[in-house]
Amino acid sequence: MINENSGAVEKLSDPGLPEHIHRKTDVDPRAAKKAERQVSILFALSAFGTLLFIYSYIWIPEDKFIFLPITGTTNAHQLFLGLGLAMALFFIGMGAVHWAKTLMPDHEVVDYRKEQRSKDEDRAALVATVKEGAASAGLGRRPLIKRTLGLALGLVGLSPLLLLRDLGPLPGDELTKTNWNKGTRLVTDPGDRPIKPSDLEVGGVAQVQPAFPTGKVRHLDDIAKDSVLLVRLRPEEFNLDAERLSWTYEGIIAFSKICSHMGCAVALYEQTTKHLLCPCHQSTFDVTRAAKVIFGPAARSLPQLPITVDSEGYLVAQAPFNEAVGPSFWERDS
Amino acid sequence: MSARERLAGGTANFIDERTGAAKWMKKTLTKVFPDHWSFMLGEIVMYSFVILLLSGTFLTFWFDPSMKEVEYEGSYEPLSGVKMSAAYASTLNISFDIRGGLLMRQIHHWAALIFMAAMVIHMMRVFFTGAFRKPRELNWIIGVALLTLGIVEGFLGYSLPDDLLSGTGIRIAEAIIQAIPVVGSYLSYFLFGGAFPGEVFVQRIYAAHILLIPGIMLALITAHLMLVWYQKHTQYPGPGRTEKNVVGYPLMPVYMAKAGGFFFIVFGVTAFLGAVASINPIWIYGPYNPGQIGAGSQPDWYMGWLDGLVRLAPPIETHAFGYTISWNILIPGLIVPGIIFTLLAFYPFIEQWMTGDKREHHILDRPRNNPNRTAIGAMSLTFTLVALINGGNDLIATHFDLSINQIMWFSRIGIIVLPPLAFVITKRICLSLQRADRELVLHGRETGRLVMLPHGEFIEVHEPLPPEKAYLLTHHEQNPPLALTSEDAQGVANPQGIKGRVRSRMSRAAQEQIAKPTAKEVLEIEEGHH
Repeated sequence: MINENSGAVEKLSDPGLPEHIHRKTDVDPRAAKKAERQVSILFALSAFGTLLFIYSYIWIPEDKFIFLPITGTTNAHQLFLGLGLAMALFFIGMGAVHWAKTLMPDHEVVDYRKEQRSKDEDRAALVATVKEGAASAGLGRRPLIKRTLGLALGLVGLSPLLLLRDLGPLPGDELTKTNWNKGTRLVTDPGDRPIKPSDLEVGGVAQVQPAFPTGKVRHLDDIAKDSVLLVRLRPEEFNLDAERLSWTYEGIIAFSKICSHMGCAVALYEQTTKHLLCPCHQSTFDVTRAAKVIFGPAARSLPQLPITVDSEGYLVAQAPFNEAVGPSFWERDS
Repeated sequence: MSARERLAGGTANFIDERTGAAKWMKKTLTKVFPDHWSFMLGEIVMYSFVILLLSGTFLTFWFDPSMKEVEYEGSYEPLSGVKMSAAYASTLNISFDIRGGLLMRQIHHWAALIFMAAMVIHMMRVFFTGAFRKPRELNWIIGVALLTLGIVEGFLGYSLPDDLLSGTGIRIAEAIIQAIPVVGSYLSYFLFGGAFPGEVFVQRIYAAHILLIPGIMLALITAHLMLVWYQKHTQYPGPGRTEKNVVGYPLMPVYMAKAGGFFFIVFGVTAFLGAVASINPIWIYGPYNPGQIGAGSQPDWYMGWLDGLVRLAPPIETHAFGYTISWNILIPGLIVPGIIFTLLAFYPFIEQWMTGDKREHHILDRPRNNPNRTAIGAMSLTFTLVALINGGNDLIATHFDLSINQIMWFSRIGIIVLPPLAFVITKRICLSLQRADRELVLHGRETGRLVMLPHGEFIEVHEPLPPEKAYLLTHHEQNPPLALTSEDAQGVANPQGIKGRVRSRMSRAAQEQIAKPTAKEVLEIEEGHH
């Protein structure tokens, strides 16, 4: 497709390969001898590195620490082990490269390329062979074999795929459920102690989990969706509608701690601005407005847990979360 | 004949009589490789892969890929008695109770960072010099596949210790999987064996990390090297170097010594980093707990740009008919990376389509002589760089006392505005460099010597370029854009229509050049005014 009369721009002539210039080591035996000594010293340094490695492994105690200018206090055992290994390896390399550069031939050699494309007759011969092979196998003449083979090959891959089915259960409605129910007590995390409103000062935050019946173990799977953050403000600081306000108790408001964006723990609370910040992608939620997203990639507020107190005065959930917690998924309906 | 020669001869005879290897070996040992520092970049990739295999094998002897809960009893006091997964506990064990274990862990992690960095720089070298052109398109695609696998392999690797930082990364990966329309939550449940985090993901990613992915990578690296071998290496332009020859040093002994030695140098430098530079100190992060997180959570650098894209995504989700599509996750997490890697893989063919050049090329381009390609490269790097910067926006904000909101808005606007700007500027710079080359060839080097002519005029003496240099600056091809007409010879309208117009426009952009001096012009100047 290249325009015909274009490549004809007159080129400067190629002066050809430059003349070879001898190195000092090529012409001066003393320089060559010196290079030989240098290479030997480099290899000897490598051997010294291995000795240092062995010494460190056996004789430097593993709990010995020394102070280094930039890295600070460092474990001496691991430091000298590493330095020994580094020396042993590095100087083998330096020796070999120095040897190649000073003493091995440095004449550039010319080799010739051929086009990758095969010769036309070879290509034609290949086509003929393939056609002949296919014809002798009767692939074209026996369509029944061709079709059933196609069917068999198409299906055989299904078996290993099917075997992958038991990798895990189906999600069912698990993604929308948590261990929070009507009347579930809020317990401290860590500590598992029920809490009263008076345990949390105005301006304070606390991480809580739902109380489990005795004997039930709390797994990481539970923490991954149950974690709740309590924040206590002065009641007049809220900017909520009547329903959401009724989900708070004496200025204490409870949100899912699992980010509605990608599920990280929304752990940073700025007391002055009353913002919650997710350290993963900086989604920022306004506590006074029911954890509405005010910045970042999250598209939904943090789910709010309705709370109140039970007859003994401990904080409990009024009801389960009214939406799924954590990151979005296809079957989520809001 | 000495005893040693008899032994060597006997061995060689034994092998050759059974394999006929002598002829092949003779050809191999005299094979010529061009010499240039930038050809070492690919070597660094290969050597760090070998280092990864060696140090990784060492780590498998003690690492326990299990999420079974254990109570830590090792020698690291601050975590004594803490409940954690066996994977995390065994990583602590390697770090504190196996002599040389921490060194090997750090060598392994540093080697992974060097592997990825060298791969990216090697790829940049191949791109900007046009080494991917025919016949090397397949090797370019293998390279893109290796880059992609490398990113996944690295991510899985640093997720294995099951610490708080890496668990957070896995949580994010789970959210991306879960966001896939229709099948997302099913896929997530299959991969994690149920709800996140479950109790199986470490053993599953372990199988992928130590066997599946490195196995595929090893096969691809082998194919990559075989193609380099078979097609012979490209070479930089210069006097005596043509499309038909390859100028360099023979494998035996010069290249063997240099390449073999270089392996030890790379390994030595990696070991030095492992000795003095702490990396991924998982004991500081603590075991993974989905209810906790460390501030300033950062992935390794090769994942950072992806995380940066996720961070700057606009908060958009669609809820309709009882289903949810999370554009804020899908676009930065899957769609944009998918488009980027597809374009990257097919770039050699896109360029062929733009230029219509389907010939073999073995002489490398100087980047300035292909301004369009160089500008496309600069544009892509700028895009990735803005994303990478945004991936560290929290650290930048805290270290430089800036507002995170402003950095985010800078990135959101910058990722759209800066890449095209980089394209335009780079193209202008390339054309200016071509202009400078032209000046240099026509008028020679400025010597800085001022001479007063008899009639009082001052001139600066210019020294003509040596012929080698003049050849280097003018050897390259300059082709006009494709002559795509909207009608064919019979006057029938071109059925290509808009496709043809787009191609014609792109071809014009691809071939924009400053005309290089011709031999005639040089001659005229030499004969004319001196």
